[in-house]
Amino acid sequence: MSGPRNPNGAIGGYVPMIDGPEKVTGAAKYTADFLAPATLRGRIFRSPSSHAEIVELDVSEARRLPGVAAVITGADCDQPFGVLPIAMNEFPLARHRLRYRGEPVAAVAAVDDATAEKALGLIKLELRELPAYYTAETARAPDAGVLHPERPGNIERDVDYEIGDVEGGFAKAHLVREDSYRCAEVCQVQTETHAALADYDAIRNRLTVHCTTQVPFYVHLTLARCLGMDKSRVRVIKPHIGGGFGARTETLNVEIICALLARAAGGRVRLVTTREETFITHRGRPEQEIKLKIGMTEAGRILAVDCETVQRGGAYSGYGIVTILYAGSLLYALYDIDSIRYHGTRVLTNTPPCGAMRGHGTVNVRFAFESLLDAMAVELGLDPFEVRRANLLNAPMKTANDLLVNSYGLPECLDRVERASGWRQRKGKLPKGRGLGMACSHYVSGASKPVNWTGEPHATVHLKLDFDGAIVLLTGAPEIGQGSSTVLAQLAAEVLGVDISRIRVVAGDSEITPKDNGAYSSRITVMVGNAVVDAAGKLRRLLATAAARELEIDPEDVEIEGEMFRAGSQDQGLSFEEVVTAAVKVAGTITVSGNFSAPAEAQGGKKYRGATVGSTVAYSYAALVVEVEVDEETGQVTVERVWVAHDCGKALNRLAVEGQVQGSVWMGMGQAMSEETGYFDGLPLVPNMLDYRVPTIADSPPIEVQIVESNDPLGPFGAKEAGEGSLAAFLPALTNAVADAIGWRATELPVTPDRVFRAVGKSTAGARGPRGRSL
Amino acid sequence: MSKVLTLTLNGREREDAVADNVLLLDYLREVVGLTGTKTCCDGGECGACTVLVDDQPVLSCLCLANALDGRRVETIEALAQNGRLAPIQRGFHEKLGAQCGFCTPGLIMASEGLLRRNPRPTEDDIRAALDSNICRCTGYVKIIEAVQWAAQIAGRAGEADPG
Repeated sequence: MSGPRNPNGAIGGYVPMIDGPEKVTGAAKYTADFLAPATLRGRIFRSPSSHAEIVELDVSEARRLPGVAAVITGADCDQPFGVLPIAMNEFPLARHRLRYRGEPVAAVAAVDDATAEKALGLIKLELRELPAYYTAETARAPDAGVLHPERPGNIERDVDYEIGDVEGGFAKAHLVREDSYRCAEVCQVQTETHAALADYDAIRNRLTVHCTTQVPFYVHLTLARCLGMDKSRVRVIKPHIGGGFGARTETLNVEIICALLARAAGGRVRLVTTREETFITHRGRPEQEIKLKIGMTEAGRILAVDCETVQRGGAYSGYGIVTILYAGSLLYALYDIDSIRYHGTRVLTNTPPCGAMRGHGTVNVRFAFESLLDAMAVELGLDPFEVRRANLLNAPMKTANDLLVNSYGLPECLDRVERASGWRQRKGKLPKGRGLGMACSHYVSGASKPVNWTGEPHATVHLKLDFDGAIVLLTGAPEIGQGSSTVLAQLAAEVLGVDISRIRVVAGDSEITPKDNGAYSSRITVMVGNAVVDAAGKLRRLLATAAARELEIDPEDVEIEGEMFRAGSQDQGLSFEEVVTAAVKVAGTITVSGNFSAPAEAQGGKKYRGATVGSTVAYSYAALVVEVEVDEETGQVTVERVWVAHDCGKALNRLAVEGQVQGSVWMGMGQAMSEETGYFDGLPLVPNMLDYRVPTIADSPPIEVQIVESNDPLGPFGAKEAGEGSLAAFLPALTNAVADAIGWRATELPVTPDRVFRAVGKSTAGARGPRGRSL
Repeated sequence: MSKVLTLTLNGREREDAVADNVLLLDYLREVVGLTGTKTCCDGGECGACTVLVDDQPVLSCLCLANALDGRRVETIEALAQNGRLAPIQRGFHEKLGAQCGFCTPGLIMASEGLLRRNPRPTEDDIRAALDSNICRCTGYVKIIEAVQWAAQIAGRAGEADPG
């Protein structure tokens, strides 16, 4: 048998999504689209207070309302949940204490929405108000009350380490600069609001839940835990999902409440949250302050970094510990830096809980880092590209915090965007008000240590082949719009040499598909992709063996050309169907299993507590140039064009890579320019899609994508991630471009017209150089 | 109060008893069972529920069903005919104008409305026509390409079949 030779053409091209036809015809079913008859409607009664003790919760009148099937409260579930086994402190419905405005307190299932709504109005809640803390600063004050008794000082996690010789580095540096940065809280605003459909079979004591999740496996575990059911009695189905971006990388209260309601009502309950409720459920990127100090040589070589940061985490732990660890660990692995001090503090506050938004933990610190690097480059009279080139890694290598970097396409990314943007010809020569800025970023291709660490392989898939010749790829990996099912089908087709139309993907049904950790940390292409390559290789060998039997030759001598199996070039050969028939004749229906485990050397180190966070099989790299026009009269910043180069190892699907990179860069643009949440005494001020300013098509620039392929040795056919790594670079590239345009460097995001206007007004009032004060 | 609503929905006339306070969006999804049209925001903010009424894009979440008596309504389900995707659907599929697909029905209907009144839109025309539809996945770059490509292939089909 010959191995897969040159690519069979299933990977590397522009391949439309295998689930595209149902999405463009309206046939794709999302959670709220399952409109079975006799389905009860669920609604949530939410906290009117930011911080209070429950004195009395009376739902008796709501329960008596005709048409109400169930009313549940915190008394119905005493099992806390949370994505990290070491930080479970949230209840699906608050018990005894409320910690943010909008927190679920009770829930109703009724025959229709109007009745459910009416029942909510009959719930009586008496509270004893407590002092509330809406900022990290007030929550950390010495006299502040404590949200969770097990978190003294309202500190979720304080991470403090130094690697190398930071003070020595600063002492040797030619230039040491320090600045402070502030990033507003932002959130995902995925287009599909959170929803669940729970069906409880009281006769068999079984629960089936459809829900809008990126992590059906975690939902499965959490439902079993919170409902006190055996795991084998729960089934979680992930239908089509209207985006995630990290909002659904942990089990949300919505799924649990819906399941509790279904069990209480003994039937089927549909719970679809409003947009406002989806904002309140939150799990976005935290508000964050960053104090950053960098020391560099005259040539721009970075000698030492000191980073101190505080995140406002919200009322519950969620992913908080991981977020604050990521913010430090991925100071490494982009540039060659030995000496870093990192002090990160995650604070609990009376605001909706934050989560793991796209680029988890890394984005705000990268904004600060690339901003300060740019300012220092300007001060030293160095080109920003040259400063990056002075600090390149030499892969393969391990960083000072033990992260393994095998492939490193950043140098080529830099070259490509420098050329494409005409940087050398145009930088510094644009008229005032127009500017160019650049920055770099990187991200993991799957977290090497999943939060639910069990020791199992990182990914498992099944391939099923039966009499009909269809190959069914069974995976728990959730397709959420990122194209993972398409890429997995391509990989199977590539290894097997069959047409992709022969592959059907079943993704995310815990009764049918193998367990998968989920769609987060850009893990699917590399981790699940490698498992697919493993499984498809096994299936190919199985087919070659069956063909060899029919052809009466050794399996090694079977030549496979697409879907033909031959004994030699002159042989008429066997068709795929004939080989399948031969194979199932012996084995019956065939199912092969493929696995992938991240090698031990890619699982991070032990230099500090939590040092495995940030470790991955392969890092993606991105360099990005932004061109802006700034109207100093109005403060309006317009992005004219973006050039981005992304090292995805190997583009398995160029169409999907371009789409993912454009989407990431654009999401970074939203954070940089217009998006921010706001609260008044804990009340969300912008929980809708008009006031929370997601960029429209009218605000959105052309984004030109350059694909760089560094062929990672551990990626499937060399592939790495494509969906997160280029997001972070946009934020500093934008502010660097604004600095180039008008001489004012934004240290606070987003760069809204009022902030620019105020800053420009201030800077023109004082004395300044021809191109601004902070250059 | 309910009324008997008579309209032409996706090429077929139908009658339904519909309460006066029912939105077109809820009528389509829950009465008729056409779930391709999506609910995404709390009203009029995102465009995901866009349908065509007499060829014009309309937000079905801001419109009472009973106001459409005698009108011609088209949803995403109407566009593919005889097992063939409409040009705008092919555009969104082949150019990756759809990622998660949730905003896609609204964007396709808004684009279809544009192409009916302006078969050769410029990039600015496309931006103007789609500026009330929020997509959170694509950054819009490939949506613009999808509409441009759809206009091209529809134009070619028109030339090949002048009848």
